[in-house]
Amino acid sequence: MKKIQILGTGCAKCTQLAANAKEAAQVLGEEVEFEKVTSINDIMKFGVMTTPGLAIDGQVVSQGKVLKPDQIMKLMRPVNAGE
Amino acid sequence: MNWSKEWKPLAAIITVFIACYYLPVEWLRQSQRVENALWESLHLVKWYAQEHVLLCLVPAFFIAGAVGVFVSQAAVMKYLGPKANKFLAYGVASVSGTILAVCSCTILPLFAGIYRMGAGLGPASAFLYSGPAINILAIVLTGVVLGPQMGIARAVGAVVFAVVIGLLMQLFFRREELEKVEAAAAMPEPEVTRPLWQNALYFGSMVGILVFANWGKPADPSGLWQLIYTAKWIMTGLFALALAAILVAWFKVGKWRMLIVSLPVALLAFTLPSHPSLAFVSGAVGLSFLTATGRDENGELREWFSTTWDFAKKILPLLFWGVLIAGALLGRPEHEGLIPSAWIAGMVGGNSLGANLFASVAGAFMYFATLTEVPILQGLIGAGMGKGPALALLLAGPALSLPSMLVIHSVMGIKKTVVFVSLVIVMATISGLIFGTLFG
Repeated sequence: MKKIQILGTGCAKCTQLAANAKEAAQVLGEEVEFEKVTSINDIMKFGVMTTPGLAIDGQVVSQGKVLKPDQIMKLMRPVNAGE
Repeated sequence: MNWSKEWKPLAAIITVFIACYYLPVEWLRQSQRVENALWESLHLVKWYAQEHVLLCLVPAFFIAGAVGVFVSQAAVMKYLGPKANKFLAYGVASVSGTILAVCSCTILPLFAGIYRMGAGLGPASAFLYSGPAINILAIVLTGVVLGPQMGIARAVGAVVFAVVIGLLMQLFFRREELEKVEAAAAMPEPEVTRPLWQNALYFGSMVGILVFANWGKPADPSGLWQLIYTAKWIMTGLFALALAAILVAWFKVGKWRMLIVSLPVALLAFTLPSHPSLAFVSGAVGLSFLTATGRDENGELREWFSTTWDFAKKILPLLFWGVLIAGALLGRPEHEGLIPSAWIAGMVGGNSLGANLFASVAGAFMYFATLTEVPILQGLIGAGMGKGPALALLLAGPALSLPSMLVIHSVMGIKKTVVFVSLVIVMATISGLIFGTLFG
């Protein structure tokens, strides 16, 4: 199961990103564990300074941007996954 | 019970209870204060709507949106990273708030990042202090509503004292070895799409529109200021033409689309020169149309529009409620709201040390939603607040609040937080005193 973490202190952009990520997971029909990382010190541990950030399986894939659901889908399922 | 979470509602309940317990109902009823306050708040909202929304806020939103899309945060953070030149880092930290901190919720993560992963405590403190005070929207609204003097004093004061506070923080805690976070700041590589000078001209044309459209009538009807005032719409028009040309040349806006959009603007400008705001509005609508339906490949234009729209959606309601409440509590200049002017003049009138200190301390702990400090300050000044204390409040207010202090505390610990807060209060008081003496 994939784990998606939304890094952000709780501003409107972070909520939007979380919603988009949920939508992306739903469209792909994947079981995904969601976690919101709101503590600023924990966000720093990812090396992210511009919120909102998005991490998949502990790997930061985007920061400072509200990605659209289809952009998140591409990140969740790289082209070479071969399914 | 989790007291670290529950203390907020508890404090709110106790405050409301005490306010209700001592509510001076009879006094309010006799003095017709409540009724007056209602009219004051309506007057103030109307005044803002007529004077500030179209010419000032609309272009400022577009600029803020453009900053969000076209200025790469990564490019700026390069100067605040762990290997950055220390000297340069202070300079960049103290001015980068103009372009990094359009929204207050971005400041704290950036601050924590500069502190833990980047240039360290000094530059981080400088950024934290100046950031909220010098973001574009805040400076523009301060200058237009409270006068250019106050706008400039706010910007200059914030930058100068940011460097001082940063250096002092570094000096006080120079012995402390910082446990740097292992994770190196993973800033994405800045994508260079357009040379710097093109971006500079692009922002310059928009700032030109904003500045000249809002050029106020000078008190003295002669000289250079008056000359500019009489030509303000011509200047605004020229900058608008420049922006149109730039958008076509470098931002891939179609020539014909631009022409169709510019036609009604030019028509209104030449047929109804006595109502320049009509042409201005049609220009803003046209720009929204061009950007919202932008056809460029990488979607820059559409992103510009949606960022602009996000700011408008987020800030306008805050400002609306801020103006209504400020109007009800403090009234317009020369009028009284719920709070008697004599109280305010007594606490923060004149330019005494006490008045400046009180304004700084109150500002440091109070929470101001984005931009609402401006109508509140306007009300306070109208009710008799001195210019010095007003600047002190502007400098200490947006930089700090009780909630932000708690976050700062979680990042750098109690000792540094206390020192930082005290420095902010002392610096704001001193700048208020200086400003009040020079211009009061």
